[in-house]
Amino acid sequence: MGKWGYVGMLAFTVVGSFWLEIAFNVRVLKRLARAMRAIVPIALLFLIWDALAIKHGDWFFDPKQILGIFGPFRIPLEEYFFFLVVPLAAIMTIEAVRRVKRDEPGWSLGDEE
Amino acid sequence: MSYTFTAIAFVAVSIFFDLKLTKVGLLRRRAFWTSYAIILPFQLLTNWWLTSRNIVMYRSGAIIGVRIAAAPLEDLLFGFALILGVLSLWVRLGKRS
Repeated sequence: MGKWGYVGMLAFTVVGSFWLEIAFNVRVLKRLARAMRAIVPIALLFLIWDALAIKHGDWFFDPKQILGIFGPFRIPLEEYFFFLVVPLAAIMTIEAVRRVKRDEPGWSLGDEE
Repeated sequence: MSYTFTAIAFVAVSIFFDLKLTKVGLLRRRAFWTSYAIILPFQLLTNWWLTSRNIVMYRSGAIIGVRIAAAPLEDLLFGFALILGVLSLWVRLGKRS
């Protein structure tokens, strides 16, 4: 895998979840603006945490297994995509579950259209 | 154990966020727990990938030292807080419109 090691994990998450958009018609990518409004504020908090943990050396990355592109605060590019891809996968998952259970009582969350 | 403490704090904040700020209460909904049960194996698998291959490494003093599928226990708390926070806000934003 070499420098694509971390990217591999991100690709796996995308492949493992984005098919729900079509198979279950979860309409998360079709509601991307709402998804981003949910993801960005939370992701920012986690990126602050990430930046501080990296600064303090609480965790660190094998330079041979990441692309070597860094964003602000010495956070690897893969980390920024992690906080986009993982939340999108989670939203698609809960929307797929709700899609399957939509006709059963007790599964609504109050945001149904 | 700075990772340990921060992870516990983030879980606590995400619970407060879901119950008191968004007031969605996903923690009381089986739609959430069913989803989390589906997500958890994938979380363990991806955490295992990143940690067993040493793509991500941890300072031994930052973690409590308990590992599940190669990854520090703290990673599970990290993931739980991230997912609960995002999903709770996602549902809240759907209610407003």
